[in-house]
Amino acid sequence: MAYLELNNIYKTYGKGTNATEVLSNINLHIEEGEFVAIVGFSGSGKTTLVNLINGLLKPTSGEVLFKGQPVIDTSHERGVIFQNYSLLPWLTVYQNISVAVKETFPKESKQFRDTRVKKYIEMVNLTPAIHKRPGELSGGMRQRVSIARALAMDPEMIIMDEPLGALDALTRGNLQDEILSIWDENKRTALLITNDVDEGIYMADRIIPLRPGPNATLGPEFKINIDRPRDKTLLNDDPEFKKTRNDIIEYLMEIGQERTTTSATEYILPELEPRHFD
Amino acid sequence: MSDRLITIVRFIGLGFLEPVIRLARGEEAKKNLTEILKKIVAPIASILIFLFIWQTGSTALYNKEAAHRIEKAFNEQGQEGADAMALCIESGNVSCRPNTLPSPTQVKASFLSLLKDHKIIKADKKAFKEKTAEINKKRAEAGETLIVYTGRPSFVDQITTSLKTVFAGFLLAIFIAVPIGIALGLSETLKSSLNWLIQIFKPVSPVVWLLLVFMIVKTLNKNSDTDSSFLISFISVGLCSMWATLVNTIMGVSTVDKDILNVAKVLKLGPLQKVFKVILPSSLPLIFTGLRITLSVAWMVLIAIELLAQSPGLGSFVWEEFQNGANDSNSKIIVAMFVIGIIGFLLDRIMLTIQNFVSFNKN
Ligand SMILES: Nc1ncnc2c1ncn2[C@@H]1O[C@H](COP(=O)(O)OP(=O)(O)OP(=O)(O)O)[C@@H](O)[C@H]1O
Ligand SMILES: [Mg+2]
Repeated sequence: MAYLELNNIYKTYGKGTNATEVLSNINLHIEEGEFVAIVGFSGSGKTTLVNLINGLLKPTSGEVLFKGQPVIDTSHERGVIFQNYSLLPWLTVYQNISVAVKETFPKESKQFRDTRVKKYIEMVNLTPAIHKRPGELSGGMRQRVSIARALAMDPEMIIMDEPLGALDALTRGNLQDEILSIWDENKRTALLITNDVDEGIYMADRIIPLRPGPNATLGPEFKINIDRPRDKTLLNDDPEFKKTRNDIIEYLMEIGQERTTTSATEYILPELEPRHFD
Repeated sequence: MSDRLITIVRFIGLGFLEPVIRLARGEEAKKNLTEILKKIVAPIASILIFLFIWQTGSTALYNKEAAHRIEKAFNEQGQEGADAMALCIESGNVSCRPNTLPSPTQVKASFLSLLKDHKIIKADKKAFKEKTAEINKKRAEAGETLIVYTGRPSFVDQITTSLKTVFAGFLLAIFIAVPIGIALGLSETLKSSLNWLIQIFKPVSPVVWLLLVFMIVKTLNKNSDTDSSFLISFISVGLCSMWATLVNTIMGVSTVDKDILNVAKVLKLGPLQKVFKVILPSSLPLIFTGLRITLSVAWMVLIAIELLAQSPGLGSFVWEEFQNGANDSNSKIIVAMFVIGIIGFLLDRIMLTIQNFVSFNKN
């Protein structure tokens, strides 16, 4: 039995004639300590998949098992970095993270919690903005607060929904390394949703594409057989890296092509002639 | 330093003072002069125009009323009577003075006389207090009731009474509407089962509320000898004005952003924490919009309710002056009108300031 199991998951939004099946027949097994990345096109159902795993949504049919138990609610064991940051706008950076730390470590001393909050703010380089409200932060800064909040809760499994999308290359690289070191040091399990294949290869053990929706299913997995710790500067010359990267991109282009050909509806144009004025 | 001043001035809604401050500091003289022209000179000009129209209008009405009186005297007593009436009007005698819309000067005179009246009554009260201090002390020791001043209240006393009533009513509205609003906003079942009640009672007129409260309070208060008119008027004010807050609270609580609710779920906040840490803060701006409407409605209906309930305050002042029919009654009513308007405006400004203070998504 795997650490996290998704068996024959179907997810439909809406009812009756408005019903659209977003996810079809999703099967995914993640072992403890694994780092799995999922890549997919916009609107294919990645966030839906994430919400099924963290317990915010229930599948229409099929089961989600976490450590053998069905997922029926959210849990502190599964931490989430939301795609749209989801910060509380009336709280400062410090307070946003402090609320989360207080909930996960209710028995610890004030001192302990304060140090923990500050440590994670420092980790995402937001100490200068510690007393600012989300409205006063840039998109990337908000994303970093959201990352700090999730990691400060020290979850067993870290679920990340495009966590680094709004960041510049340098910050992005630093945070990739931070996430990797937290995952590695504490022997955590991680699921990363990303639209950046290079990021997936650098961070994950396996990459699984999500095919375009509706009725999106998971494609064949790609194993990343590159030893850790991986070195970003050398990665580009690694033949294994090049091969995996090419395979994945080829596959994505293929299903992207399929999507455009299958969805190409024929438009019947009315027979109109431009009028001539002379 | 003066940047701070500007922020404060803007915050309390006196933004029109900003160019004056900037000009005093010697910043961009030309731009600030035009700003002053726009924000200060133009409004003053419009006030002057308003006073001018008022003055001409009241003069025209006065002349019309006078002509009417002379004509009436002519019909009843012939030329002689008409001449006597014209003379009488000319002399400004109280008995034959045309009774119509007072002019700005008359209103100003009434305002000053009301202030003078207040000073006299205040001195009177003070003297009374000093005179009875000794006796009251003895009475207090003996456990008897104290002698209190029962003289006529001054105009300023009436204003204070009205403000007290409106605040009591406003507090009542908060204590009823906010908790109920939260409960209804949280529970879809409660909301749909009580919606009919809200929809039906919301449009009921203040007068009917007053009568309803009167029926109930009169019965409940039968055995006590306290004056129930204050009770009746503030409860009616509260009941009339609470609807905006109730509806806004329900709306604010039931439409909290889904992402924010997801955060509460992922952090696994308990039900109470969820309400106090997530739902209430995020609906606070809407609740305050409701409170602001409530306060202005409360002030508006207060006058009518005091007038009908015969409870002391600006409303009964207006009503008494109207029935009194003394030669300066009309101008006193106009004074009351301006006072009511200005106080209403100030109350709204105070609420706006508080609202700005609590809303987190200002930029
Ligand atoms: N609450 C909802 N009700 C109805 N339809 C929804 C709802 N949430 C998402 N959908 C639909 O489900 C599909 C997948 O949405 P989802 O947010 O999971 O996509 P995504 O892969 O995360 O996209 P992106 O990369 O742009 O974030 C979309 O077509 C969307 O319109
Ligand atoms: Mg998404």
